[in-house]
Amino acid sequence: MKVLQIVESAYRATIEEQDDTILWLTQAMRGAGADLDVLLRANAVNYAIAGQDASGLAFGDWTQTQPPNIPDDVARLIGKGVAIYAVAEDLADRGLGDARMVDGVERVGRATLPRLMGGYDQIWHW
Amino acid sequence: MATGKTLTFAFMDAPYESARTTTVLRLIDDAVRRGYRVNVFAYEGAVAVPFAHQKAHANAVHGRNEVEENHPLPREWVAALMREATRAGGKLDWVNCGLCVDERGVGEAVAGVRRGSPADLWKMASESDNTLVVGTR
Amino acid sequence: MAKYLFIESRDSFESNDVGRFRELARNLAGEGNEVAVFLVQNGVLPARLGAKADGLARLAEAGIDVLADDFSLRERAIPVDALTRGVAPASIGVVIDRLAEGWKVVWH
Repeated sequence: MKVLQIVESAYRATIEEQDDTILWLTQAMRGAGADLDVLLRANAVNYAIAGQDASGLAFGDWTQTQPPNIPDDVARLIGKGVAIYAVAEDLADRGLGDARMVDGVERVGRATLPRLMGGYDQIWHW
Repeated sequence: MATGKTLTFAFMDAPYESARTTTVLRLIDDAVRRGYRVNVFAYEGAVAVPFAHQKAHANAVHGRNEVEENHPLPREWVAALMREATRAGGKLDWVNCGLCVDERGVGEAVAGVRRGSPADLWKMASESDNTLVVGTR
Repeated sequence: MAKYLFIESRDSFESNDVGRFRELARNLAGEGNEVAVFLVQNGVLPARLGAKADGLARLAEAGIDVLADDFSLRERAIPVDALTRGVAPASIGVVIDRLAEGWKVVWH
């Protein structure tokens, strides 16, 4: 079974969880042998951008020692054979048309999504 | 009467925060009443849906005492779904993501709920006829 | 070709992403897939006759069945006999039917 994970929501509780929990879930399932790829759409296309820095959170004497590092998580998924796609128009809409992206992320046009989705048994939209 | 279909549902919303929680349980209810084998992977806030220590209360705004108010407790919904699964000849396997449970301190759940991991979601989905994922916003 | 059921839980008054999903549904149908949309929760709000619902009509024009959860309609006092053209009331069991039949079911 081959699954396309669609990630749309971005930066929802990522500081508290120290992860995007769907990218994390994807990596955990991949480790268990899952055959899945990821499509970043809407605000989640920002996850494909290099240079994100979530460090520095502190409350009183508490400081965060392991902030989320989403570009590293995206790169790690790619390294484990998970294809990561990002909707090109969603990037362009957000001024990211020429942005430096994590190596290996593939831009796909909206018009090609039906063909992309056709290659998967199931579509899991988070 | 079991009909041979197995469906998996994964969802994320905590009780009392979103209409999605009620809708997902309505879907599970429909599947369970058909005698299907139903798997549930509760992720993030959804692990609190079967939390054993949810407590009912009165409603002073409506002038109802606790009994009259009969406030829904999602843990009772889950327990009712478990009973319905048995009655209909199917099965309801509810897995709470363990790390999500730990973070939220909701380790005690109603009977029939078990602790698991993302590997369980993949296993359940792989062995199902189909899977529906309901994310959160 | 495949069969897709899109479950639309959001409404176009609050979320402009609804338009993107309707576009995807139309594009899938345009490529020869069988596509249906099931409106649930606030997703049924544009189904009220008289609501600004151009997008729903365009789905129907693209040959997409648009169904609205009868419970969500009643919850919002939307009469089942006065729905936007192309929308029909349905029980939530339709979603289970389609899952059991192997449709690709996508929640939005």
